[in-house]
Amino acid sequence: MLQNNKHEEDSNQNPRVTWEGCSVLLDINDGDRLVFARLTAASSLKIGNKNCLLQPLIGCPFGSLFQVENGKEGPFLSPLSIIEGDNVEEKGDCQIKDECKDNRGLVDNNTAQSLTGEDIDEMRRQGATGDKIVQALIANSATFEKKTSFSQEKYRLKKQKKYAPKVLLRRPFTRSICETYFKKYPARIGFLRVDSLSLLLSMANVSAHSDVLLVDMVGGILTGAVAERLGGTGFVCNTYLGVTPYPVDIVRMFNFSSETCRRIVRCSLTDLCSTQNETSVQIGQAGDAIGSQSNEEKSPLCSESMDGTALSSEHGMLDLMPETSTSPVTKACKTPKAGEKASQEAINLWKENGFSSLVIATPDADAWTVVKELLPLLSFSAPFAIYHQYVQPLATCMHNLQLGKMAVGLQISEPWLREYQVLPSRTHPQMQMSSFGGYILSGTRICSDDQPQLK
Amino acid sequence: MMLAVDPSKKISFNRCIGDGDLVIVYERHDNMKAVKVCENSVLQNRFGVFKHSDWIGKPFGSKVLSNKGGFVYLLAPTPELWTLVLSHRTQILYIADISFVIMYLEIVPGCLVLESGTGSGSLTTSLARAVAPTGHVYTFDFHEQRAVSAREDFERTGLSSLVTVGVRDIQGEGFPDDFCGKADSVFLDLPQPWLAIPSAGKMLKQDGILCSFSPCIEQVQRSCETLRANFTDVRTFEVLLRMYEVREGKMENSQAEESVPTGSHRCKRRQRSSEGGNGMEISSSPTVMARPSSESRGHTGYLTFARLIRLS
Repeated sequence: MLQNNKHEEDSNQNPRVTWEGCSVLLDINDGDRLVFARLTAASSLKIGNKNCLLQPLIGCPFGSLFQVENGKEGPFLSPLSIIEGDNVEEKGDCQIKDECKDNRGLVDNNTAQSLTGEDIDEMRRQGATGDKIVQALIANSATFEKKTSFSQEKYRLKKQKKYAPKVLLRRPFTRSICETYFKKYPARIGFLRVDSLSLLLSMANVSAHSDVLLVDMVGGILTGAVAERLGGTGFVCNTYLGVTPYPVDIVRMFNFSSETCRRIVRCSLTDLCSTQNETSVQIGQAGDAIGSQSNEEKSPLCSESMDGTALSSEHGMLDLMPETSTSPVTKACKTPKAGEKASQEAINLWKENGFSSLVIATPDADAWTVVKELLPLLSFSAPFAIYHQYVQPLATCMHNLQLGKMAVGLQISEPWLREYQVLPSRTHPQMQMSSFGGYILSGTRICSDDQPQLK
Repeated sequence: MMLAVDPSKKISFNRCIGDGDLVIVYERHDNMKAVKVCENSVLQNRFGVFKHSDWIGKPFGSKVLSNKGGFVYLLAPTPELWTLVLSHRTQILYIADISFVIMYLEIVPGCLVLESGTGSGSLTTSLARAVAPTGHVYTFDFHEQRAVSAREDFERTGLSSLVTVGVRDIQGEGFPDDFCGKADSVFLDLPQPWLAIPSAGKMLKQDGILCSFSPCIEQVQRSCETLRANFTDVRTFEVLLRMYEVREGKMENSQAEESVPTGSHRCKRRQRSSEGGNGMEISSSPTVMARPSSESRGHTGYLTFARLIRLS
């Protein structure tokens, strides 16, 4: 029943092996530290107090695990082989044999470990592996045997992390990129949690071949997430208030194909709305016979502003091909730049047909101010989703949309996400959780005869 | 047609309703219905009789009237709307879980995804959207009749080219060998997922991801024990949504403020308004307020994700 799909083609688009110049996410010691890196012959990473070259990671499958080893010419990353059935984590799966050990014998006087720092340095000089050092530490711990098997494992893990750190090679995907930013720099992505982001994509019906209008004031995580779902089809149109586009640097963390990058464009709100006056009149009158008359009356204005936009974005056409870009800041980087100016042709098409989805994440702008400008750019029956850290701007926005009969299915929702520790006889929610992932206002634009004029 | 598989047939946009189209008839946010437009047919509800022939040629998103002047909106179907209107043959997955599953399984266009069971096809519809236009979802249910109904649904929603429904007991027999090492992601919603996990592991590409949805923690416990043999990065989540009610109300009242015991919130407002010197204005201006709905879904299921270990 396996259909003949072009999966080879897909695996090129979505490769599972690293290459020189590719962006990777490095997970050091089971999520203790997460680092984005670009793999080049010269790039290196500081792990603990050691500097390791990343060159050995080039050409390796994602999911590979590496361990820092001490070589003659200093520390290096060495692939860690995993044999089937001998899962590293299985060691952690310590059996619960009605354990009678407890912590009554433990005294916190710092004398339990008989190996000194000098001893360990000496072992290192003699080329002992990290695992050897961990074993030695355990053998020289006076209290190890008295610990419960659970805390023995904890001890082993703690020492392994310090003396034999592990590096897991991960594919940068929306999931891992969003999680990493949320953990490290939540403010840069407007505190947009991964479950909230996933909801925005669903609620706005982001799907192949759709033209998605975005306001991304969350560093580019939204742009990247939408582009990932489009897979090189459709368009991501990033719009912005004023004259300066919002930075979307995070897009570079994704290993997007040149086709995908080409389909991430930007366009100022002014350019998108340049003929918006007529459009909203049309909408106000449902575009029927009465509407067409008033259209004609306004037509001089219309052509004027059309000329204006055609002029202002003439060079936008050139920018479409990233290779021919004459920008002075052209980098050696081969990847075409995402976020070029939208072509006038595309803009005209969007004005005519409307966008198929709208997603807004503007922590620093009022939701209603943005929505009332952008909603008319959506086609009828198109869904939208708006993220905000505060509920009040969304409540006001929802209320105004209701009053204006501009949308149906309006709903404000707040996602809640809890992770669990699942271990034999020790399953419970994790002690720490993120208690806030923002609010989302979602709905569907409608076409209504009695649509009142917007303020 | 819910999805544009062929770029020339974009789902957009101002596309008009035609004979044979599937539309979502929207009465209220909690009252919707999927209807196949048929020129000679009518829709009857508490608002009156709606003639389908009146709908044809109108853009999606239009408001249409009944013989009695009642109205409904006609929306283009999306996986989210479909989840709200589909016929429940089983317990279904809802938007919060669905969205999270798609993101955590790292499903992108072109992926090959395996699912069992198919159930009512709520998740399947969103999986299809995520793999379109070049990927494929193979979904299995051991219940013959359910599989037939699911196939009919995918035909109705126009997803047949993206979804294949098979009849098979995945817990008993595992996934078909044809898929060995070919799946980017596997989703399990089975009463005893641990029975299917070894087979799911064989189907996955190295570094591929599995998700198991289980309502009970005992199921999660056993699944995780089985997963530890060949999977890494095993993580279990619960995801829920809290809905908000929004209304406009007039808050009383700034004149009486001095005598009313005020919360800190009001105090702040009073201060601000007296600074501006127009305390009176506050008393009459209506405020838009939001609060969580009193009732909501308290539990759906636990989502356990795991990544197949790369053997070297």
